[in-house]
Amino acid sequence: MGILEVKGVNKRFGGLQALGDVNLSVKQNTVHAIIGPNGAGKSTLLNCLVGKLMPDSGSVMFDGQSVLGRKPHEINQMGISRVFQTPEIFADLSVLENVMIPCFARRDGAFRLHAYETVGSERDIRGQAEHMLEDVNMADKRHMHAGSLSRGDKRRLEMAMCLVQEPKLLLLDEPTAGMARADTNNTIDLLKEIKAKRDITMCIIEHDMHVVFSLAERITVLAQGTPLVEETPENIKGHPKVREAYLGEAQV
Amino acid sequence: MLGLERRDLTILIAVAVITLFAPIILNPFPTGSALAQFNAGYPDLMQRFVIFGIFAIGFNILFGLTGYLSFGHAAFLGIGSYSAVWMFKLLSMNVIPAILLSIVMAGLFALVIGFVSLRRSGIYFSILTLAFAQMSYNLAYSVLTPVTNGETGLQITLSDPRILDGESSGLPVTSLFGAEMRDTTTLFVGPWSWDFSVGYYFCAALMLVAFYISVRIFRSPFGMMLRAVKSNQQRMNYTGLNSRPYTLAAFVISGMYAGLAGGLLAAMDPLAGADRMQWTASGEVVLMTILGGAGTLIGPVLGAGFIKYFENIFSKINDGILHQWFAFMPDGLENFVVAVIHPFIGKGWHLTLGIMFMLVVIFLPGGLVEGASRVGRVFRRRDRKADHVESDAARQRAAAE
Repeated sequence: MGILEVKGVNKRFGGLQALGDVNLSVKQNTVHAIIGPNGAGKSTLLNCLVGKLMPDSGSVMFDGQSVLGRKPHEINQMGISRVFQTPEIFADLSVLENVMIPCFARRDGAFRLHAYETVGSERDIRGQAEHMLEDVNMADKRHMHAGSLSRGDKRRLEMAMCLVQEPKLLLLDEPTAGMARADTNNTIDLLKEIKAKRDITMCIIEHDMHVVFSLAERITVLAQGTPLVEETPENIKGHPKVREAYLGEAQV
Repeated sequence: MLGLERRDLTILIAVAVITLFAPIILNPFPTGSALAQFNAGYPDLMQRFVIFGIFAIGFNILFGLTGYLSFGHAAFLGIGSYSAVWMFKLLSMNVIPAILLSIVMAGLFALVIGFVSLRRSGIYFSILTLAFAQMSYNLAYSVLTPVTNGETGLQITLSDPRILDGESSGLPVTSLFGAEMRDTTTLFVGPWSWDFSVGYYFCAALMLVAFYISVRIFRSPFGMMLRAVKSNQQRMNYTGLNSRPYTLAAFVISGMYAGLAGGLLAAMDPLAGADRMQWTASGEVVLMTILGGAGTLIGPVLGAGFIKYFENIFSKINDGILHQWFAFMPDGLENFVVAVIHPFIGKGWHLTLGIMFMLVVIFLPGGLVEGASRVGRVFRRRDRKADHVESDAARQRAAAE
C-alpha cells in the first residue's frame, strides 16, 4: 500500500480522453517521477490529485482518505504540498513573511481571525520560518521583497514554503521547466539535499530526463492518458514501450 | 505600548495630537480677513473630516489589504444612518445605542452582501457590490418608504415614542449622556476665533479608536493573510488557507466601519436620506482611499480630509471673490483671468478634483503618502550630500595642514 493510491481514474474534456483508467501507487519515502510526452495527461493527473479538477470516475486515496471532492486548501491540510511550474509565491510580501504564512496555516488551520495579536509577537512562527530559510540558504535574503528575487531563488523560496509545512507528500510540477542547465543542477542538488535531510515522499512531473534519472527511484511513463509502465530508472532507459511513446513509431 | 511598534505608535500619537488641536490648526487665518474663507475649522466640516476618515479607514482594510474593490460601500453608510435615526426615534436621543445599532446592522448587511459578492473577484466583484448598493438605494428611495420615508428622508419628529427619554418640549437634540452634540464653545484669541464642538470631539475620539484598530489589523497575522490574498490567492489556497472567510471577514469589518460613519453622520444631524447610498457616494470613498494612498495607514484619512476640504472650500469661491483677488490687474486682464479660473471653482470644483486625481494616479500611484515620502527622501538626500561636501572639505583642510 502506497501513501498515494490512484485507482481507475478517468477524465474527459469534451471529446478528449485526457486520462483513461490511470492506476498509480506512490510508496512512502520514495521519489516517484511521472514522465511522458506532451499531452500525455501529466498535468491533468496532478490537478486531480490537488483538488483543482474532479475526475469523472475512479478513486484517489491519500494516507487512507479520499481526496476527491475536497478543496485545494483541505487537501493541503491533509499533508500534500505543491510546487508549481512557475514559482507561485507572495510577490508583494517579504521573503520571511512568505515562509511565515505556511507556518500559520499549519498551526491555525484554514482560517483564524487572529487580528488581536501582532506578527511581531509570534516568535515561534518567526523562529520556524527563519530556521527554514537557513536550511535553504536564504537567511540573508529574508527582508527582501519576494518579487525581486531571481528565478532560482523564487523556486528555492517556494520549496521552503512547502517544506516548512512538513508535508507527507510533495508534488512538483516540472520544477526545472525553462531553467538554464546550471539552475537545473542547483534544483537537483536542492531536492537531493531536502530528501537526505528528512523523510518525505516526492512525486515529480518532469520533461527533463536528466532531472528524472538523477532523482527518481520509481518512474511511471504516461502516454495518451494511460500509464504504459512503472519501473526503476535502470529498467526504463531501454524499455521498448517508452521509446515508442517518445519517438512515435517503434524502430524495426 | 498598546501592542504597537514604535513607528506605528508615533503615527498614532501624531494623528491624536492633530485631531485634538484641529480646531486651531484648521483655522490659521484670522476671522474677517480676506483668507478666512480658506479656514476649515468650523464644526460641521471638521466632523465631516473625521467621519469620512472613518469611512475611508474601513474601506482601506478591504481594498488596501485584499485588493477587492467594492463599489457599493455607501450602502453600509446609508444603513448606518437609517439605523441610528430609528434608534433616535424609538429609544433615546443618546448617541451610544444609535451608533451601536448602526455598526451591528451594517455588519449584518455586509455579511449577506459580502457572502454573495465574494464568490467572484476582480471587476465582477465590483459590479456585484455596485448592483447591491443601487438596489439598496432604490429600495430606500421608493419600495421601503414605510421604513425609510422615501425621498423626504427619515427625520425625528415630536410624536416619536423615544421610550427612554420621556416628554420633551420642542424637537430634542442628539446627546451623549446629556452633553449635546451641537454644543460649541468659541474661544477668541486676538483676531482669531476657534470653535470647540462636543460633536467633533466625540467623532474624533471614535476616529482614533477606529484608526488604532486598523493599525492593529494591519500588523496582525490576519492582516498579513489579507495581504497574501491580494498577492497570490492561488498560492494561498495551495498553502492550506481558505481565502473566502478571510475576505469575508475583511468585508464585514469594513462594512462595520462604514456603518459607524453613517451612524455618526446621523448623530451629528439626525436625518437620513437615500442619496447617502447612491453610487457617487460609493465612488467618493474609492477616490479618497486612492488619492491618499491605498494600503497605507494614514493615506485614507488624508484623502478623506483632502476631498472634503475641496468639496466645502473650493465650492464656496465664486466670481465675486475672484474679482476681488485680481482687482489689482487691468480690467480686461482681470476679466480674462477670472473667466479662465471660473470653470474650476464653485460648482466646478469637481473639475479641479478630477484633474488632481488624475495627476496623483499618474505621477504618484501610491497617493499623497507616496508624495510625502518622496519629498522626505529628497530632503534626506540633500542632507547627506551636504554632509559629504562638509566632510570632503574637512579632509582637504586636514590634508593641506
